[in-house]
Amino acid sequence: MTAPEEPRAPRTGPVTVFLVDDHALFRTGVRAELDNAGAAGVRRVTVIGEAGSVNEAVVGITHHKPDVVLLDVHMPDGGGAEVLRRARLTDPDVVFLALSVSDAAEDVIAVIRAGARGYVTKTISGRDLVAAVCRVADGDAVFSPRLAGFVLDAFADRPGAAPISDPELDLLTPRERDVLRLLARGYAYKEIAAELFISIKTVETHVSSVLRKTQLSNRYELSRWAADRRLV
Amino acid sequence: MPAGDGPTTTVTDGPVDGAVPTVAAETATVDAATVEAALVTPMVRRRTGRVIAGVSGGVADHLGVDVLWVRAVFTALAGLGGAGVLAYGLLWIFMPQAPADTAPIETSPRERQQALGLAAVGAGLAIASGVLGGTAGAWITGPLGVALVGAAVVWREADESQRRRLLRTGAGSVLGQGPVGLVRILAGVVLVGGGLAIFLLGNVNLGQLQFALLAVGAALVGVAVITVPWWLKLMRDLGAERSARIRTQEREEIAAHLHDSVLQTLALIQKQADAPREVRRLARGQERELRNWLYDPKGYGRAGSPSQAGQTLATALASAAAEVEDTYAVSVQSVVVGDSSLDPQLAALVQAAREAMVNAAKHAGIAEVSLYVEVEADEVHVFVRDRGAGFDPDAVSPDRHGLADSIHGRMERNGGSVRLRTAPGEGTEVQLQMPRRTPADAGAEQVGT
Repeated sequence: MTAPEEPRAPRTGPVTVFLVDDHALFRTGVRAELDNAGAAGVRRVTVIGEAGSVNEAVVGITHHKPDVVLLDVHMPDGGGAEVLRRARLTDPDVVFLALSVSDAAEDVIAVIRAGARGYVTKTISGRDLVAAVCRVADGDAVFSPRLAGFVLDAFADRPGAAPISDPELDLLTPRERDVLRLLARGYAYKEIAAELFISIKTVETHVSSVLRKTQLSNRYELSRWAADRRLV
Repeated sequence: MPAGDGPTTTVTDGPVDGAVPTVAAETATVDAATVEAALVTPMVRRRTGRVIAGVSGGVADHLGVDVLWVRAVFTALAGLGGAGVLAYGLLWIFMPQAPADTAPIETSPRERQQALGLAAVGAGLAIASGVLGGTAGAWITGPLGVALVGAAVVWREADESQRRRLLRTGAGSVLGQGPVGLVRILAGVVLVGGGLAIFLLGNVNLGQLQFALLAVGAALVGVAVITVPWWLKLMRDLGAERSARIRTQEREEIAAHLHDSVLQTLALIQKQADAPREVRRLARGQERELRNWLYDPKGYGRAGSPSQAGQTLATALASAAAEVEDTYAVSVQSVVVGDSSLDPQLAALVQAAREAMVNAAKHAGIAEVSLYVEVEADEVHVFVRDRGAGFDPDAVSPDRHGLADSIHGRMERNGGSVRLRTAPGEGTEVQLQMPRRTPADAGAEQVGT
């Protein structure tokens, strides 16, 4: 993983998206929503392919080289985490946004630990989904309020917690904590920036840093949640 | 090509017809044995390819060695005062039979001959060692040996009947089926009884009382030996039956639950298809209920079932949120970090939070309300936020009691505080703060998920 604060040139063309979900009905729905919302929004989002199984997905991602993969967490043959593991071997530049109905900490943390850049629930509106896709395409992280809650919980200081082995990874800075709290309260990045008197860019940097810590930290809760899905 | 090369090379070119199949069969059995050993098979007696009870085969499968070696070891041990026979008998009792669907194991006639020969040699050695060693005396080895053979016949028949029963998958009787089984069992019983009787008659020189005691003891031993297979089978069947019953119960429970909840809701949704608000309410309620049922009872945003509502702060808040969702057809997105047991102060906090959610649902004119709760060591924060209409706090008429009494009053009476952020068009956020009374022991009690 490269340094998250490295500036990226914002892409100008449409963001290409690959859909992975084992329910064809759901894929059709997302495709329609993305097309509608993308047409109305500032940036276009184009669905360039879809897959209904792990193998299909890995082949499709290698072939199409999309900007963003929208990934279902629960699928037969290993689920989203398996797709992540295999596709990232061949295409490390493709970014993944996990999309799931499950709100269980094990699922959310597991896909994040496997390398997804964000997590949103399937009830998200079309507009918000387009915004989330664009955000991960630009290299930033997307935290749903619930994911922010899980991360806050995992990094909480509580009596009897395991000792901190790597403060760089195992502790959140007070600022990161503030940003996460506001995310959990349902604030948009713009509102967080206004609330904390910082720029949106700084908010994004904080969120990316929290994502990195969530992926790499050895905090007990994080590794336990991931271990429950055999993903460490 | 050098003579005596590995068998694989002979298999590739076919002309030497007669030799090929046996060679192939041998390698196949070795392969099967090693593969099974690699998977660390549990010790089970073979059903097929056995000579007496499949004990040697089972041990060989378990250890990953050739059956011949195991049989040789049992035979050699039989020479040591019959230890091999005893070991074989004990393993026969305690090793369960392989499941009925195991792939049959091929044995060549030569292997069977070898095995039978070894069994005979073993029996001979056991008797000879008994006679020569004088440890027990020939008068014991003889009749007790007969009794042992009888036991073996009975046990083998029990194995057979169990296999037949499994093949039919019906509940057959414990006793052997058909005249053949009955004859076998009777023969076994006669052998056991006869052996014990001869053993007793060898002791007629004992006193009357001793003889009677010995006779009773021998009869009990005989009955025990003969009924061992059924006791074991009874125990195993009981275990199998219990796990099957548990599985069935679980399946029935799941089916019943899905029927009562999801199917009913789907039917309701079909009936109300032209009332989107009602459909949304039904779907949301059903989703919450199903989630609640599926995931671990200590998870997030959980609507506690009415019986256990109010146990902890998180469950109390979740059921309050669920109530608001159901009553006002909005969705409450709740995130709870940490948890705590409920005391009167926190119960008041939950009430105030509920009132704030109701206000948002009633007045903001939006479909979603965010609830965020963070339990810290010394205080609890609750944020209820909507992106709706907002209002001017100074312009609220004094006869509106919701905010003043239900939220401000309640919080202040219990030592908490309220902050309000709102402006027309800007949405509303109610921030509630409540100190925790005993942070030390409450913190140790129920933190986390």
